[in-house]
Amino acid sequence: MAGMDWAALRLSLLLGIVTVVVLMPLGAWLGRLFAYRRFRGRALAEALVALPLVLPPTVLGFYLLVAFAPDTLPGRIFQAVAGRTLAFSFEGLVLASAIANLPFAVQPAQNGFAAVPRALREAAACAGLSPWRAFWRVELPLAWPGLLTGAILTFAHTLGEFGVVLMVGGSIPGDTRTLAISIYDRVQALDEAAAGLMAAVLLVVALAALVLTTLLARRREGARDE
Amino acid sequence: MSSAPEAGAGLSVRLRQAGPIPLDLAFAAAPGEVVALFGPSGAGKTTVLRAIAGLYRPAEGRVACAGQVWLDTAEGVSLPTHRRRLGFVFQEPALFPHLSAAANVALALPAGAPAGAANALLERLRLPGLGARRPDALSGGQKQRVALARALARDPAVLLLDEPFAALDQATRRALQAELAALRRTLSMPIVLVTHDLEDVVRLADTLVLLEAGRAVAQGPLDALMADPAVAARLGRDRSGAVLHARVAAHDAADGLSLLAIAGGSLRMPLMEAPVGAAVRVQVLARDVAIAIAPPQGLSMLNQIEAEIAAIVPQEGYVELVLALPGPDGARLLAHLTRHSVAALGLVPGKRVWALVKSIALARTEG
Repeated sequence: MAGMDWAALRLSLLLGIVTVVVLMPLGAWLGRLFAYRRFRGRALAEALVALPLVLPPTVLGFYLLVAFAPDTLPGRIFQAVAGRTLAFSFEGLVLASAIANLPFAVQPAQNGFAAVPRALREAAACAGLSPWRAFWRVELPLAWPGLLTGAILTFAHTLGEFGVVLMVGGSIPGDTRTLAISIYDRVQALDEAAAGLMAAVLLVVALAALVLTTLLARRREGARDE
Repeated sequence: MSSAPEAGAGLSVRLRQAGPIPLDLAFAAAPGEVVALFGPSGAGKTTVLRAIAGLYRPAEGRVACAGQVWLDTAEGVSLPTHRRRLGFVFQEPALFPHLSAAANVALALPAGAPAGAANALLERLRLPGLGARRPDALSGGQKQRVALARALARDPAVLLLDEPFAALDQATRRALQAELAALRRTLSMPIVLVTHDLEDVVRLADTLVLLEAGRAVAQGPLDALMADPAVAARLGRDRSGAVLHARVAAHDAADGLSLLAIAGGSLRMPLMEAPVGAAVRVQVLARDVAIAIAPPQGLSMLNQIEAEIAAIVPQEGYVELVLALPGPDGARLLAHLTRHSVAALGLVPGKRVWALVKSIALARTEG
């Protein structure tokens, strides 16, 4: 396909997958925490997780860029370990993407865990299951549609993320130039055909993700009616 | 002293708090004993069970079971629920919907349990061949049996039953009651049964703890408590009545009657299946007992029992008579009379009378 930026597509897919892998354990943990526990500062914690939804991506990207600077703690740690700067690197992109996608992973996970009746969790404890076993044998098998929804939304949203990626990653071909950035670059270069092709790819991915999550939500409703 | 061993294989419970749910009670249950926590809705019965299980943390209390301290607020001890070796059957079965009946039971089995243990338990609860079914393919009664099998799977040191029959229809309820009564004879752990249904109590309990607003207002052996006018007053006019331990003395198939021996007398009942010599428990409702001051003649009633008036207790709208059968340990009956009848018959404590029993209910066969 003429005009397709294959390196950018490959990078976008890789970023999406790595973000999902990195974010899901944290998303599941936070979602479960918000679904089951009452604690001081929960409202603030939930608001912080939801913040990327309302914050302009450039604002989030700006703060992350500042935080990733070589003289900050995360910047210094990464510099010491990897010998490169965190900003404008793929790793920096993953970290930024994970933070920007927190609400997309956490909120469906939270809904998934909240759908597991308290009575079942109590029955698990009364049956002698440790919290860890109860998590794997009872909670997860019942909450998985929520977790999968979170993973799909995270993946789709990562593919389309523009502002944060541009701020933190710049547009380094093969390293940090994702499909969404590449589209912008092609439009700037008046290459409308290439931009259109890549935009269509992202459109199809986003649509497929939403159809899938809707089907999952319906499945969950069905399970609750039983 | 975290979970220091302590004497006694049974369960001991002491709970106290002013609110939000008031609690003030203490009771013990020996291995094999069924203690019923009985009272109206909102009396705090379920909260007591949840506190025993560690699903609720009372302000003050101590729970020990099988020599292990589960809760001691004074010492800051509170074992998490999964480390308290208990079985809990909830009002709703709360089966894991994604697992088969057998897998529900197997999940609660201790590590190293023999293969087939789950199905063996299901068979014991008369669910053979249903192990592969998911909960949504089971009836209400079957679900509750699976829940009971799951509760027994970890070989619990105490079995907690929270209104286990409440969600069932009358026929299923009766069947499960009878089975639990039979099953309990094979179980060696104490059982705590929470119910607001007196029938559950009469059929299953050895010991009764009467709860009102979280406070134990009466507790003791079921038969003694059921003959106590103060308890009868709380149960009300239609529900109070003596519970008697009896032994099948003889069967008369021609007349269709069974003769039961009770302390200080005997009773006749429609022919029952229990063999001669079997111990049974019967209930005589106070409203089903009439009084005569002379040996009655020309009556169709089967049971005319000679007794002495032990006490006359005025209740609201009627008078409660406590009748003692002859002998030092003679059984006690309750009878409801009007104030008018008491005066007309000249009834006073110590007077010899004949109790005319209109009907007797077989509560259970004790084997």
